[in-house]
Amino acid sequence: MKKMICIICPNGCELEADDEEHVTGNLCPRGRTFALQELKDPRRSVSTTCRTVFPDIPVVPVRTEQEIPKHLMKDTVRAISEIVIDRHMRIGETVAADILNTGVNVVLCTDRLKEVDHD
Amino acid sequence: MKEKYDVIVIGAGPAGLSAALSASQNGADVLIVERENEPGGILKQCIHDGFGLHRYGEKLTGPEYAYRDIVHLEETGSDTAYSAFVLDISEQDEGWQVTLSMRSGLHTVWTKALILATGCRERTARQVFIHGDRPSGVYTAGTVQNFINLRGWMPAKRAVILGSGDIGLIMARRLSLEGAEVLGVYEAKNRPGGLMRNIAQCLEDFNIPLYLSKTVTRTIGKHRLEAVEIMDVDDDMEPVSGTAEIIPCDTLILSVGLIPENELAESIGIKLSDQTHGPLVDQNMETMKDGVFAAGNCVSVNDLADYVSENGITAGKAAASYVRQKQKRELIPVKKLNGIGVCVPQYIDKTSEPGNAVLYLRSDDDYRDREIRLESEGKILLTKKMKTIHSAEIIRLEADLSGIGAELEVKLI
Repeated sequence: MKKMICIICPNGCELEADDEEHVTGNLCPRGRTFALQELKDPRRSVSTTCRTVFPDIPVVPVRTEQEIPKHLMKDTVRAISEIVIDRHMRIGETVAADILNTGVNVVLCTDRLKEVDHD
Repeated sequence: MKEKYDVIVIGAGPAGLSAALSASQNGADVLIVERENEPGGILKQCIHDGFGLHRYGEKLTGPEYAYRDIVHLEETGSDTAYSAFVLDISEQDEGWQVTLSMRSGLHTVWTKALILATGCRERTARQVFIHGDRPSGVYTAGTVQNFINLRGWMPAKRAVILGSGDIGLIMARRLSLEGAEVLGVYEAKNRPGGLMRNIAQCLEDFNIPLYLSKTVTRTIGKHRLEAVEIMDVDDDMEPVSGTAEIIPCDTLILSVGLIPENELAESIGIKLSDQTHGPLVDQNMETMKDGVFAAGNCVSVNDLADYVSENGITAGKAAASYVRQKQKRELIPVKKLNGIGVCVPQYIDKTSEPGNAVLYLRSDDDYRDREIRLESEGKILLTKKMKTIHSAEIIRLEADLSGIGAELEVKLI
């Protein structure tokens, strides 16, 4: 039996799950999906920033498009911190494909780079 | 910018953006005013995800969430005044004259209706009675969030966080991800202030300890912070002598609460609530002054941007309707009984669509297996069963109040 807090929505249900896939405490079906995933392969989405060459916008927010394995969170942030954006980009564009061979892309979360000045 | 508008919205954070959008969509000629040089408010620096689950059924980051309203507002062709600071508002010709300080100089614009969406401010060290030296390295959580997420500065190597509100928890995770050592989150109350999901995904995921009933009592360090003094606190939140410990660290981050910002509201005599420190409002987010509406965290500090936006949409729609046709309101007070700590709105206007009112409640304590009940003159209008009720979390109630009498009671059973 493993206790956990569901992080899918602000309700934060207190879940209990066992190895035989019994889940209790969830208010909705997403809680069950979360608990089962958390038991076998915990995953998280990662939001961080990466640098740009534009003086007015030194960093921009980016995120993983899907969730990545939980143990790779810090390595992912470190890998993204190596990226420097040097061109105009739109919100949702891929900043890094297949980050750390997870099959997950990192995408831009802002449209501020649409028409920013170079100096 | 024109000389006259139907609606002027002050503040382009989530409340102001959705208010301007909704006022415009309901036919009003709108100007939105923002003191920063671009819209988005605090969402610009809230790069974590979790925004929009209620409103869009999607998990967005703050900048993505703001982007949707910004784009939709642009599509309406509404006027915007960014890098514009409101110096003065005065009542004139059955409307309001607003004086703006902008790069191009002073401007005055007139409007039939006003929507205040001025947000809130963070409480600082002096407001929570931290004594001792005044070295650098003592920041509010929002300041650190701005440094890291907007400017790309990293202000901490070894950090102590005081306060377990959501911003503090989110910054604990952010600092860990950026390579700082977060020594612990200290909370003076005997229970955490933030959402349970943030305790789990921001602290437990990163093995950051949470210490309850402990607070920072002193900062130590000449130029840069060198350590903080931590003490246990008793049930009355008073430090217990003999429990002091010294924690070496270079940064103290304060997440000790938010205060609605209402200097403009007060300057035009808007009545504030002693409890929320924001304007008293009816279900249409109209303040006690006809034609002045308020939305978002300047009314009452919310846990979710989605609720803030919902407020804004309500205010925008009501302001547009006020501009079309002023109606005399009939306000009925909402009485909070057993277990209800806060309720926004504080009044229900009987003359305007009480059919679908949204109430935001906060309980005065944590409860299990209770029922929230709305009653008017002994008649039950709504009941909602709740398995758990956390005082830290807002409860949103959508209620049909068309059968409302001369009063409304909200209580826990």
